[in-house]
Amino acid sequence: MTKVLSVKNLSISVPSSQGRATVVDDLSFAIEAGKKVGLVGESGSGKSLTALALMRLIKSPVQIDAGQIFLGDRNVLSMDMQDFRHIRGNEISMIYQDPMSALNPIMRVGQQIVESIQLQSNATGRQARAIAVDHLASVGIPEPERRFDSYPFEMSGGMLQRVVIAIALSGEPKVLIADEATTALDVTTQDRVLTLIDKLAAERGLSVLLITHDLGVAAQFSDDILVMYAGKLVECGSVNQIFSQPVHPYTKALLDSRCDYTIDITKPIKSIAGQPPRPDNRPSGCVFSPRCEHAQPQCSASVPPLEFIQDRYTACFRAEDLFHIGQVN
Amino acid sequence: MSSHSEIVASANGVSRIFRSKTGEVRALDNVSFTLSKGKTLALVGESGSGKTTAARILLGLDNPNSGIVEILGRVLGSLKHEEMRLLRREIQVVQQDPFSQLNRRHSVERIVSGPLMAFGVGDKESRRTQVIALLEAVGLEKEHLKRRPHELSGGQCQRVAIARALALDPKIVVLDEAVSALDVSVRAQVLNLLRKLQQERGLTYLFITHDLGVAHYMADEIAVMFRGRIVERGSREDVFENSRHHYTVGLLSSVPLATPTLSKAIRDQVQSLPSPGEGDACLYRTRCTVGLTREDCKSTSLVITQGTSTHSWLCHSPVQDSIPA
Repeated sequence: MTKVLSVKNLSISVPSSQGRATVVDDLSFAIEAGKKVGLVGESGSGKSLTALALMRLIKSPVQIDAGQIFLGDRNVLSMDMQDFRHIRGNEISMIYQDPMSALNPIMRVGQQIVESIQLQSNATGRQARAIAVDHLASVGIPEPERRFDSYPFEMSGGMLQRVVIAIALSGEPKVLIADEATTALDVTTQDRVLTLIDKLAAERGLSVLLITHDLGVAAQFSDDILVMYAGKLVECGSVNQIFSQPVHPYTKALLDSRCDYTIDITKPIKSIAGQPPRPDNRPSGCVFSPRCEHAQPQCSASVPPLEFIQDRYTACFRAEDLFHIGQVN
Repeated sequence: MSSHSEIVASANGVSRIFRSKTGEVRALDNVSFTLSKGKTLALVGESGSGKTTAARILLGLDNPNSGIVEILGRVLGSLKHEEMRLLRREIQVVQQDPFSQLNRRHSVERIVSGPLMAFGVGDKESRRTQVIALLEAVGLEKEHLKRRPHELSGGQCQRVAIARALALDPKIVVLDEAVSALDVSVRAQVLNLLRKLQQERGLTYLFITHDLGVAHYMADEIAVMFRGRIVERGSREDVFENSRHHYTVGLLSSVPLATPTLSKAIRDQVQSLPSPGEGDACLYRTRCTVGLTREDCKSTSLVITQGTSTHSWLCHSPVQDSIPA
């Protein structure tokens, strides 16, 4: 399989009282053509900064300290910004959590699609309008001709997110990053928007990076899963491996602490003690070790490498024996 | 719900209409529910369904256009100022945003002792003792007394808000999306805490949430709201395992589950959303596969069908067979 996007040893830091704090730490992963990858983690795990780095939207005082990001065989990070502008939107696009703030509130939605079409091609106004109407139709907006002239405040959240998707896909990118793109939507609307992304991805052979804190969304709409905790990739593998046989104690604990309507309500939910570490106060060794019920002395002494264990990559010294003892399963 | 449990609050035929230049919005339309002592009622629904308006009316922060709200046997709206003030001791609220509901310039001690000071309970020393006990009850420590909200995490702030809500030892706590802003692992901690506090103190909860999983875990009784109306109401089993309203079924099937192999049995069929039909009897009609083709859903006003002693719904053609959850 061809890798459309690969990230190698990416590290991102933010300023802190003691100098700089690393918030994304030595992150590597790849997305194959046409695959949907779910990136899950709690707030502060580094998900969104990773997305911003992919779009080259990291600005001072946040900075990329190390690493490479390849789109195909070109290293995006070493590219001239002028050249990257032709890539952003044409090869990689992003949609965000809040559609209302992603759109210009005083510009008709159709015009905003036209704007991005004309940035990427030299279509005339009339041609661009026709293409924009097609795009609106393809994202399932009823009466696209009429909706072209609507303002954002005249549309619902779900409809606006469709407009944002239409803009993101107007340059026919190969990779779409969806950063909590349905978090602000009601569940029935969320379901429709995710189904739409799914359908468009299949039709166009699009690769999707779906960033979410919602395990259900990741489980239902991804092929592969990346689990991040405190800036580190702790486990990655196919969606079935991660959700039905998690190996890393954090993945397992995260799944145990979910509260959907299939859980056993007669018992308290198994929650994770404590809270995620602050970026300027990361524990030594394995970042999850202070909250991990399986931690041993070596876990706080050195950092576990990401290793291929039981058909997935995981960063845990105890992964193999926990898997065999069956404590984790 | 059941006849032998003591009812601590009730709403009867409550309507709230907001009028503006462009028309009127029925935020609540003939809504009735009861809260039984020591139990949890969850109001679930999407944004704009009227959940928060119902909470505000119960808290006495807003007045209904019609209908009667009773708390501990007293009818809201008929009370003198001082009587209402005293009644507020019995009903407290925890809101969604962990940070904005706390005064960021106040210390945790000042925040939690606020209600005690407002009602002149004890002196400074005894209040401090009480605050420490409350912090311990919600899983915080004495060392948090002097902290300010920005020094706390979201989960800790929510615990402070819970401690404040419990300061006056109320009978009823309204939890308005109280865990929605929290991360998965922290949300589990706070939900467990809320269940424990309810058991220890015999609290009655009105739990407002858009998250069906949370409602399932917390509630004894669930009322599903849609556009200002309660469209289905029943016990946890009634609503989750034997849903009768098409909206409830659509809502349940839209929840993505963290089990990739469990694909959904039914998907909400209507992909493009037609506008709600003005003047339709059933407001869900335009999104409902059954209602779209039935004339009575358009023209015949709905009455609540009381299916069993615990289970009722607002639908001309309810779902017949039980839907596997």
